[in-house]
Amino acid sequence: MRFLLRRALFYLVTAWAAITINFMLPRFLPGDPVQAMIARFQGRLSTDAIASLYVLFGLDTKTSMFDQYITYWGNLFKGDLGLSFTYFPTPVSEVIAQSIPWTLALMGVTTIISFVLGTMIGVYAGWKRGSWIDALLPITTFFSAIPYFWLGLIAISVFAVGWGAFPAAGGYEPGLVPSFDWEFISSALYYSVLPALTVLISSIAGWILGMRNMMVTVSSEDYVTVAHAKGLPERRVMLGYAARNAVLPSISGFALSLGFIVGGTLLVEMVFSYPGIGYVLFTGVNAKDYPLMQGIFLIITMAVLVANLLADVVYLMLDPRTRKAA
Amino acid sequence: MTPVLEIRDLSVDYGQGKGAVHAVSSVNLVLNRGEVLGLAGESGSGKSTLAYAMTRLLPPPGLITGGEVLHHGRDKPEPVDVLGLTPKQLRSFRWNDIAIVFQGAMNSLNPVSTVSSQLEDIYRAHRPEMSRAQRNKRSAELLRLVGISADRLGAYPHQLSGGMRQRVMIAMALALDPEIIIMDEPTTALDVVMQRQILEQMMRLREELGFSVLFITHDISLLVEFSDRIAIMYAGRIVEQAASEDMYRASSHPYSKGLLGSFPALHGPRRPLTGIPGSPPDMRTVPSGCPFHPRCPSAFDVCEREIPVLEKLAGTNGDSSRSVACWLNTPSLSGHPGVGAT
Amino acid sequence: MKSALNGKTIAGLSIMGFFVLVALVGSWIAPYDPSAMSSDIMTEPSSTHWFGTTQTGQDIFSQVLVGARGVLVVGLVAGAIATALSVLIGVTAGFLGGVADEILSALSNIFLVVPALPLIIIVTSFLPDAGDFLIAFVISATGWAWGARILRAQTLSLRQRDYVEAARATGERTWRLIVFEVMPNLTAIIASSFVGTVIFAVLSVITLSFIGVASVSNWNWGTILFWAQNAQALAQGAWWWFIPAGLCIALLGTALSLINFGIDEYVNPRLRTTAGGSKVKMRVGFTPVLRQEGGRS
Repeated sequence: MRFLLRRALFYLVTAWAAITINFMLPRFLPGDPVQAMIARFQGRLSTDAIASLYVLFGLDTKTSMFDQYITYWGNLFKGDLGLSFTYFPTPVSEVIAQSIPWTLALMGVTTIISFVLGTMIGVYAGWKRGSWIDALLPITTFFSAIPYFWLGLIAISVFAVGWGAFPAAGGYEPGLVPSFDWEFISSALYYSVLPALTVLISSIAGWILGMRNMMVTVSSEDYVTVAHAKGLPERRVMLGYAARNAVLPSISGFALSLGFIVGGTLLVEMVFSYPGIGYVLFTGVNAKDYPLMQGIFLIITMAVLVANLLADVVYLMLDPRTRKAA
Repeated sequence: MTPVLEIRDLSVDYGQGKGAVHAVSSVNLVLNRGEVLGLAGESGSGKSTLAYAMTRLLPPPGLITGGEVLHHGRDKPEPVDVLGLTPKQLRSFRWNDIAIVFQGAMNSLNPVSTVSSQLEDIYRAHRPEMSRAQRNKRSAELLRLVGISADRLGAYPHQLSGGMRQRVMIAMALALDPEIIIMDEPTTALDVVMQRQILEQMMRLREELGFSVLFITHDISLLVEFSDRIAIMYAGRIVEQAASEDMYRASSHPYSKGLLGSFPALHGPRRPLTGIPGSPPDMRTVPSGCPFHPRCPSAFDVCEREIPVLEKLAGTNGDSSRSVACWLNTPSLSGHPGVGAT
Repeated sequence: MKSALNGKTIAGLSIMGFFVLVALVGSWIAPYDPSAMSSDIMTEPSSTHWFGTTQTGQDIFSQVLVGARGVLVVGLVAGAIATALSVLIGVTAGFLGGVADEILSALSNIFLVVPALPLIIIVTSFLPDAGDFLIAFVISATGWAWGARILRAQTLSLRQRDYVEAARATGERTWRLIVFEVMPNLTAIIASSFVGTVIFAVLSVITLSFIGVASVSNWNWGTILFWAQNAQALAQGAWWWFIPAGLCIALLGTALSLINFGIDEYVNPRLRTTAGGSKVKMRVGFTPVLRQEGGRS
């Protein structure tokens, strides 16, 4: 329990750090994006909107930096992340709310499948040394060195443009309205096949390799020899003694690499014009839509922190040494 | 004296081909029913390798290159060729007939399972017919045998002290009432007081349950006290075997003499502690002929050329329990009257 | 360090060496100026244009050659800075322990957990015209945490080793202890961490160029892909435009990973895949038994 509390505290501190970085960025980096925007939208901004933009970008020279900081926090708690430039006048929070389910559904599910599948393959690869699986390793290494998005480009050119089997872009058939009927859902599934496969193939190699290495290390531990000496069936030794211990670093590794994984999946969305949060970020970058970019960064960071916390809970359940003795 | 385990001409290598290390070479050993046989030697002498090889437990790149291991079971008319068993047969043989008490260091117990679950593994693999109540009863009984209270069944290994972990290892070894228990350095990681307690407990259990023990250690003083017979290994070979009394009072092999002279006796006249000059050979470059000859005070010309064979001690009439592998034992070669005659 | 040079490391280093060579001489041996437009629009690979041309008639082969420098410069510089940072922070944290350790660890954990790519994207987009070195700097500022964590763990375990304690007992000063007793044992891990960071930096800079955040006037492989995407190369079936650049990225990444595997296997010999020559199949839990008449040689 103490372990969990410590971790939660750490995440709170990290969240605070991320928010503060977000606050500091426009104030410390050169460039003056906001004036241009304000000039552009002068007539259509309400006084509230202008005020919140001032806060977001630190243009209000009448109040001190500290006061701005407090107001910023206040806005955050109200859910006010500013107004987006590109989707003006939609608030950033609304833009994000629309696109995040797509990302969670596709990327979240695919990442988890990749982790689980990769770990299972890694268990077998590490257990049966010198088998044909070892020969696959260079191939999987090559695939893991390919940037996600390039694989996506190849996939598009081969399967979508060349073969025409799958759609090249989008999240669902253009013209359909998002709703919970079969027509929409089946279309959404169809459109998600290529992006999902891209993420899966690129990322699975890393999990396989990591798990394989841990299995090899654990297989030479004393307690595995004891398990063999006890005459236990091979499956029990492989799973209950070896894999059970070898998986622990993978889980903490998974949590830590979430930040990196998120980056990769964002790119896949960009390549496929898949309407998730990555694609929105892409359009935001191109249009220099600073409120949107900052809002997305915050949300992504918070999501990663929550995922990390969940991973810590799983780790706690799996490793009795982290629970303090009764 | 009926044998319960016979090891004939066993050889074990690490690796294959030119770079192979001959960790154990042509070992002949007999463990009799109900006795405690001690196996002593320095680190690298091959004693642990021998113990693990017996039930094919050596991790890669270990390889058994020759010999047989025969188990004379209580209820079996024919001896069982252990090395020839299929994996399935070997799995049911392991722990049922031969169990091993490993060093109770932190690493010998699965860190993520409770004591009770590690005991249950054994029942589920070997005695599937046991009911849950019977399993709990047996686990509690086993812990009681080694002096641990049953409420520790739900504990994880990191919650137990070193001495308790060692005793859990012993309890696990006793689970299926095996005929043979191999103890591999069971007390090395413990303090002297705990050492004594555990060994005495072990001997009590042996009298109660009647198993035979192969006791492997580098601490020969323990063997003198607790075992019936002692075999000494050097560089992968057995160099001497004798009853512990005989070994202690008048050992024959120069290496044994050196080992026994290395610890002081509590009683008797004071004598200077002798050691053995030099250090054990790197098993990759074993000296030619008798592997001990570079360090041996009595080495002569044939020692460098030919490997001595383990044979009965010269001068003892038909007492086959004493044997030694030393050219001094061959009067025709050494010019000595025979080592046993001194 | 003989065993460090196994097949994998050699393969990785050779591929890497090839790219370094290209990076060095690329702009001299390139047949055309990569930004020069011509009238050969969207042509397939031919004898005049080995990798074909872009929509504005630029020679893709020259772009790839010149682009190697951009990628490698950023990759290696960022790798170097980040590794230096991670050594500084990781080793200090592991060695000093106590409050310093807590603070430094918390710092590196924060940078580890916060998603790096979005952060890099945002920071770079605020900078008006980011050149190679600035980008390398931003990347290294976000990517040092992984190595720092590993180094801290290693330093912690090394600190308790006997020879360090012995040196400390003879009164050796702290910084000397760190540099002369602890560091030499960390070389393999530092090397591995450097390689890993270079991989991260290469992927990051290519991503930044691909999205269009980094300056698109400096040629690197990501920029090529940016323009390809812009001109809808995919839809037009101009496979020659984006395949070479991507392949180069993948090859460089593979080369770096191979080097890392080589280092891994050197540090942990158990990981080596059984090199050919093992005629007897090894199986965990069952020592193989060879029984021939006549014993062994």
